[in-house]
Amino acid sequence: MIQFLVHEKADSVGVATVDVKAGETAKGLYMDSQEPVEVKTLDDIPLGHKIAMIDHKVDESVIKYGADIGRIVADIKKGGHVHTHNLKTRRW
Amino acid sequence: MSNPKVLAYRRENGRVGIRNHVIILPLDDLSNSACEKVAYNTKGCKALPHAYGRLQFGEDLELFFRTLIGTGANPNVAACVVIGIEPQWTNQVVEGIAKTGKPVTGFSIERHGEIKTVEMASWKAKEYMHWASELRREDCDLSEIWVSTKCGESDTTSGLASNPTVGNAFDKLDAMGATCSFGETSEITGAELVCKERAATPEVGEQFMATFNKYQDMIERYKTDDLSGSQPTKGNIAGGLTTIEEKAFGNMQKIGKQCKYVGVLDKAETPTGPGLWYMDTSSAAAEAVTLWAAGGFVAHFFPTGQGNIIGNPIEPVIKLTANPRTAGDMSEHIDYDCSAILQGEMTLDESGDNLLDMLVRTCNGRLTANEVLGHEEFVLTKLYESA
Repeated sequence: MIQFLVHEKADSVGVATVDVKAGETAKGLYMDSQEPVEVKTLDDIPLGHKIAMIDHKVDESVIKYGADIGRIVADIKKGGHVHTHNLKTRRW
Repeated sequence: MSNPKVLAYRRENGRVGIRNHVIILPLDDLSNSACEKVAYNTKGCKALPHAYGRLQFGEDLELFFRTLIGTGANPNVAACVVIGIEPQWTNQVVEGIAKTGKPVTGFSIERHGEIKTVEMASWKAKEYMHWASELRREDCDLSEIWVSTKCGESDTTSGLASNPTVGNAFDKLDAMGATCSFGETSEITGAELVCKERAATPEVGEQFMATFNKYQDMIERYKTDDLSGSQPTKGNIAGGLTTIEEKAFGNMQKIGKQCKYVGVLDKAETPTGPGLWYMDTSSAAAEAVTLWAAGGFVAHFFPTGQGNIIGNPIEPVIKLTANPRTAGDMSEHIDYDCSAILQGEMTLDESGDNLLDMLVRTCNGRLTANEVLGHEEFVLTKLYESA
């Protein structure tokens, strides 16, 4: 069963399509290439929430849809939960 | 998909509607009561109460008239009664609607009182109901159905599946020669350069950027923080969306991969030809759909993630979701569940076809969830204070 999807190969985050528990080796799929991918989760990732596919450092960008969707404000390790506590808009 | 036939109402001006409403339209807030009384007396017609229409001026007044006239002129409306406190502005709306050739009559309350006005308007509404009830649906092309789209209470499943489903359907409608529209100017923020690139010509792209920048200036002028309390909404954030940029790229999935927009419309403005059109709208669902209905659109695709329950009194809202939780616990609001895409059990192409099939059924008379549940949010966009 697929547990997460990644829009594009270049993206630094995927999206959980079911609730994923911390410590699982989650099975995912790149939507553009249909290639399978796995990542070991560090946090619980609720359905619809983002999971880091790589390590992110403060001030780096999160890439989704192949595009910059905001600025990292707290370091995230691969497999971590990416949301409002560590990612902020670059706009407004 | 080829251009299928649908059974719909061809109006006096050649436009095609999929509903046959007789509406009782108040010019102003003061006339809501009379309109509701007429709609009570005359079963089957529909009052459209709203909050404005007094002491508006300038660009805001122009938008107000365009919205009311456009609502009455919409091909989903067979005939219209307009009631206002005084005759002058009432007649302005009546004359605007009459240009379509459809039956419309205005009544004003001053010098009559409400009781007398309700009596006169009820007789007229009854006449219109009998007349409209004998109109028959006829064969029309699906491409004659004008379709708008916006999403609401989006989450990441919107960007993954329900918005791309609309995009796939829009690409197919565009290829048939249909008239479609998207908008939500503030929710393009972060993806504006991608949106600019989707214009059919560089001039149209520049027009979009001018509209976008004007909206950004308005937000900059009035904002008290980074808008993180409003945009993304609390529902968006609960669903996993974090930033406006992420929401914007998800939003853009609704215009598919191939179709390009041929022009930029002001709020409630009517397109002058087929193709995909950008309309400058707010991202608040009821306001935006009211503007599209006033622009002449007769069906709306509304993808939702967390479960926005919006409807419109004259433009049926076809709701779809890819969020299995929403499809389960809010199923009464959902017309089409495309969550199978998330499990890899359905392709986007199949899902786009399924949505078009639901559009055809809706044109032929299937009532949408919002219609059966009585969601009739009619919300006028106000640009600034009244004088």
